[in-house]
Amino acid sequence: MALMSKLKEAWIGISAGTVTLPYPLAPHPPAPGFRGRPVFDASKCIGCGGCASNCPAREILIFDPCQELRVIHYLGRRCTSCGRCAEVCPEKAITMSEAFELATNHPADLGQRMTLFMGSCQRCGRCFTAPSALDTLKLTGYRVDDVEAGRWVFLSRSSAPGTPPADVEIEL
Amino acid sequence: MLKTLCRKMMSKSCWVYHANSGGCNGCDIEVLNVLTPYYDAERFGVKLVASPRHADAMLCQGPALRSTAQALKRAYDAMPAPKVVIAIGSCAGGGGTWFDSYAVMGGIEKVLPVDFFVPGCPPRPEAILHGVAVALGLLGKSLQPRPPLVQPTFPFPRYQPPAAPVNEPAPEPAPGAKKTGSSD
Repeated sequence: MALMSKLKEAWIGISAGTVTLPYPLAPHPPAPGFRGRPVFDASKCIGCGGCASNCPAREILIFDPCQELRVIHYLGRRCTSCGRCAEVCPEKAITMSEAFELATNHPADLGQRMTLFMGSCQRCGRCFTAPSALDTLKLTGYRVDDVEAGRWVFLSRSSAPGTPPADVEIEL
Repeated sequence: MLKTLCRKMMSKSCWVYHANSGGCNGCDIEVLNVLTPYYDAERFGVKLVASPRHADAMLCQGPALRSTAQALKRAYDAMPAPKVVIAIGSCAGGGGTWFDSYAVMGGIEKVLPVDFFVPGCPPRPEAILHGVAVALGLLGKSLQPRPPLVQPTFPFPRYQPPAAPVNEPAPEPAPGAKKTGSSD
């Protein structure tokens, strides 16, 4: 009887074949839907700070070094990849990537830092983003084709400090 | 001489000590998962030992708590000289979700000098295996630090015109030339 059980055990072991993954030598991608490291997209971010106020680990820091700039700093050390930042982001600027091989000897490598331009209220000084793409263009200026004069002109509502607001011609 | 020999041998047979200083057991389960035949860390010589006196590397899970920091420090001091500390999970790396609790001192590096961080909550068994392989020098680091992202167009300082006078009327180009010039 004991022999039979040993034989059965051997048969199970042989019929299972090789189960060990060749993992560190060959890639083993995670299943779909896996949440890894969040990736921030500075071109989509409007700097509302919803990710920072929803992060359970308080890993996203926001500070305004001056009136026009807002710095969003993601530290990533105690991030649990819960995905609440990506869920709450109104512009879908945060995506949960599938990167999981994050072992590092330098924890600052995990961080991501974004510097965003924000409009700021002249009365209260708080940052805001222009509500539409057209308003952003009015703030940042844009290039138009001056058909009558046959040249490109840079139009903007605001100007650099110390210079009068004027349209600027751009050499092509 | 002996030191370099020790370092060389360590990557071939690294005995790890599994220290939980107050985590939730999630990372412990993943660490034990690494030692199963499916992931089979023992083919790299990684072996789990019960005493820190036998260990070369310390896999730390859980934050440094006020109650367990002393024990963690004693376990680290008991390890023989070429020693590696790998902080596994977001608790050991930075204090975890309850980093601001009165009982949590923060990450492991508040108590021990940490050599490698494996973030995740819990990290996948593959991530732990990768972290151990990176720590032993079998693999290279695959994490690329992202450069600071600065929004591409800043309005300030804005475009400064060259010294050419602005109000001077531009020379009238030929109609054909104007069309080709403004096409881009």
